[in-house]
Amino acid sequence: MTAPLLEVAGVTVRFGGLTAIDNVSFNVEAGELLGLIGPNGAGKTTMLRSITGVVRATAGKVTLRGESLDGLPIHQRIRRGLALSQQLVKPFRDFSVIENVALAAGSAKTRSPLIALLHVAQKAELAVGREMLERVGIAAHAQQGTAIQPLGILKRLEMARALALRPQLLLLDEPLAGLNSNEASALATTIADINRQGVTIVLIEHNLGEVMRICQRLVVLDNGRKIADEAPRTAMNDPAVRAAYLGGDTLADRVAAEGGRDA
Amino acid sequence: MEYEISLLTTMGISVLFALSLNLITGFCGQISLGHAAFLGIGAYVSAMLTKAGVPFLATLPLAMLVAGFFGVIVGLASLRVRADFLAITTMGAGFLFIGIVRQQDALGGELGISGIPDPGMSKLAFMLLTVALCVVVAGLCLYIRKAWMGRVFKGIAEDEDTMRVLGIDVPRYKLTAFALGTALAGMAGALYAHHLKFIGPDSFGFIESVTVLSMVVVGGIGSVTGVIVAAALLSVLPAWFQFIGDYKLLVYGGLLFLMMRFSPDGMAGFVARRLRPAAATGKAQRP
Repeated sequence: MTAPLLEVAGVTVRFGGLTAIDNVSFNVEAGELLGLIGPNGAGKTTMLRSITGVVRATAGKVTLRGESLDGLPIHQRIRRGLALSQQLVKPFRDFSVIENVALAAGSAKTRSPLIALLHVAQKAELAVGREMLERVGIAAHAQQGTAIQPLGILKRLEMARALALRPQLLLLDEPLAGLNSNEASALATTIADINRQGVTIVLIEHNLGEVMRICQRLVVLDNGRKIADEAPRTAMNDPAVRAAYLGGDTLADRVAAEGGRDA
Repeated sequence: MEYEISLLTTMGISVLFALSLNLITGFCGQISLGHAAFLGIGAYVSAMLTKAGVPFLATLPLAMLVAGFFGVIVGLASLRVRADFLAITTMGAGFLFIGIVRQQDALGGELGISGIPDPGMSKLAFMLLTVALCVVVAGLCLYIRKAWMGRVFKGIAEDEDTMRVLGIDVPRYKLTAFALGTALAGMAGALYAHHLKFIGPDSFGFIESVTVLSMVVVGGIGSVTGVIVAAALLSVLPAWFQFIGDYKLLVYGGLLFLMMRFSPDGMAGFVARRLRPAAATGKAQRP
């Protein structure tokens, strides 16, 4: 068996006195679609942020293809093969839909200010942009502004922009949140297609139905700890996972868990 | 004729100065309330050197280099602060410049430097040089906006966190904007010193920083043409109407206020909306 694409080893993140992530380790194998799930406040997004470098881990190691990412700033981790599709979609309003994607596709020309100063043409990047928009199914909106697009389109745009970076590993933070069930199911299918085309994906998602349908393995977090790392069906029958989701100690926990699914 | 030549030179220097701030504030979205300090650095460097016998033209690149160097230092200090805090930091840098210059006898202290030598060319030639530099800098700005650097600046101006996630080395681009903008301000300063023949700490104070910012805002933040027109007009208004000279701050402050309230994207945005009402609205309605 080859070495894992991403290794997360003993990562701990503390914010002041609060331990958001407590000694979590897991691997992501090349080509897989891994679901990272858990109730609200379990630390999923913090885990993702410590991989991308938005949050600095207090302890632990993150390794991509055998190269340590520890201590690197965000942009260098991205340039080593990560891409993030953010939970709150943030398209650039001064750019059209396709220009948003082209901006990401131009990463070779934006490596340094000098290179960016010496290059003008955007034709190749616009072609990549169109290809990525087709891949996520919104090519018809390419020339439009982003301010007028509904959330469903913006979620796909966010994903197309991440794909345009040609990542080794695509991190998706709640791509289905806020979509109706038809839209969510269609986008989940798109995600599974992208994975089948060879992109390794880590998916954070509250929509457990879609997670069960498309993910090959689940890592379950609760209160910053990893409580399961197994096949989706096994995980769902795992008493620890069921307790985390449904059998919270207090009513408040249960409400929080239920609320998380619509959030 | 002499008067017109002098007026055109004044306009040209203001246009250069405003374009230099537009690179930082308009293109890259980094507000600066201390930009006059870099005009001052260029002016002092160039004036000291020509007084020491260095030919004027040779002082231009040196003025740019020194202003750009301090621009990068202020930029480094500003990397971790954003928006309103950046405004305060740059304002502080501006006051720091004046405070230091006032205490230096070598720089003329409170009295400033007078009797700055002739630049070694006729007034007409000096005016033509200034206008030519305006054309070159305007061309450079238009080119930058078209190049990948312009796209990155535009993205940083809108949302630098997302730019980081797209793999952009945001600090390096910000420093580049600071270096370019402050170096060009230094060039404008060298021209300023040899146009007026006298400079003092008060020539580069907070009021001048606000004046140049109002030129950029009135013209349209990021618009090269708009900023050129606004800088040219606003720089000669006080010369044309004496009463504006007396109430300069009031007029500039009022313009700044009115623009922010009614047309945040300046004259350029106003004109664009008039010409293409449908196309412009999508971009104008920023939250």
